[in-house]
Amino acid sequence: MKRILAVTLPLLASMALVLLLGASLWSIAGSQTPVNLPELLAGKMNESGVNHPVTAVLLNFRSYDTLLEIAVLVIAGITGISMARTASLEDPELRTSDSLLYALQRWFIPLMLLLAGYLLWAGADRPGGAFQAGAVLAGCGVLMRLGGIPLGFLRPGLLLRVGLGLGFAVFLLVAVLSAMAGEAFLAYPPGMTKPLIITIETVLTFSIAMVLLALFVSAPVNDAGAPGEDDS
Amino acid sequence: MLEWFLDLLLVTALLTTAIATLSSRDLFRAVVVFIAFGLLMAVAWVRLQAPDIALAETAIGAGLTGVLLLDAVSHFRRGGTVAASGRSDAAGGREQ
Amino acid sequence: MTPSLLYAFAGAGLCGIGMFGFIQLRHLLRKLLAFNLIGSGTFLVLVGLAQHGQGPDAVPQALVLTGIVVSIAATALAIVLIRRYFHLSGHTSLEADDSDSGQGGAE
Repeated sequence: MKRILAVTLPLLASMALVLLLGASLWSIAGSQTPVNLPELLAGKMNESGVNHPVTAVLLNFRSYDTLLEIAVLVIAGITGISMARTASLEDPELRTSDSLLYALQRWFIPLMLLLAGYLLWAGADRPGGAFQAGAVLAGCGVLMRLGGIPLGFLRPGLLLRVGLGLGFAVFLLVAVLSAMAGEAFLAYPPGMTKPLIITIETVLTFSIAMVLLALFVSAPVNDAGAPGEDDS
Repeated sequence: MLEWFLDLLLVTALLTTAIATLSSRDLFRAVVVFIAFGLLMAVAWVRLQAPDIALAETAIGAGLTGVLLLDAVSHFRRGGTVAASGRSDAAGGREQ
Repeated sequence: MTPSLLYAFAGAGLCGIGMFGFIQLRHLLRKLLAFNLIGSGTFLVLVGLAQHGQGPDAVPQALVLTGIVVSIAATALAIVLIRRYFHLSGHTSLEADDSDSGQGGAE
């Protein structure tokens, strides 16, 4: 009886959630929207410095979100690294000795690097941008990691710190400098919008890739004989 | 009419893979189905005319999440046998 | 009823499925999968509802793009924490005491 209740109650609660969500969706869809966002955006596009609306929103109109996002990512990365054992970076057991993986690496890593560069560059006027490029770059790093290529920059040290903090630091610097120059916080000075956006996107790409890769690498390995890591 | 059919098919596939992810007995299978769910989400983003999100979802959902989750699953499997030899009280069949 | 609204409703369904799994499943990695399903559902609701009747809208798309990157970082961090928890305690679920009795139903 208790078991049945333990399954039915969550089931009923979830179904109620779905029904409530569906009803509210239906009523919202029926009402008129007070502002026409796409039209508003299209009217302001030539002030944004880029030609792709999503990039314009991400790095100009709503750049505050992006700034806080990279801050969240850096915090997550630091937390992940603090869980890791540095020795696990060199653990030979983590390497996958698979001839298919080696072949894939030789062909894919240059291609993926090229793809990441293209995605970053395409962000100005086509779908693409820092997030996608960062994800591809991180995937590239994961592939190298699995193949046992030493990634020395992921060891605790100056390079890791710079890599993690670079995106947030540059973004914040631009925001504060433009505020000191008389504009609003995060409002780019006129005429410098496009170069600033490209700079920020480039450093964001590296930082995002670094955070994701660090989180992958820092996953604790289950090494029973490790000194100081035993739970007993 | 055909587009409606495709949309309905895609939505059904999304919901089915979501249920299959959670109801699968084998953890490895659950993760693989979840990767398939991520790819279907990418197709759904294309249907919603959001190519940026589709790109990000493909790179992240198929690439990174898959690697992370599969790595964790294999870790639990390996760890399960290690733990079973050391601790008999809490080991049985946990990694399944 | 437009296709966008259909996806919004599918997102609501995904939220429900994910919520049920999040409550019901015991294995932490499965809870994480369920949590990701809720996240995907939310993203679908956001974009689908905003684009209902007025075509592609870049603002919710940009917000969802930010959300996806944050959610992958959160997932990766959660995996690190779960692995650490497993490493220290030897358990993969939070209720370690009745894990034997609850195993059959949930997993």
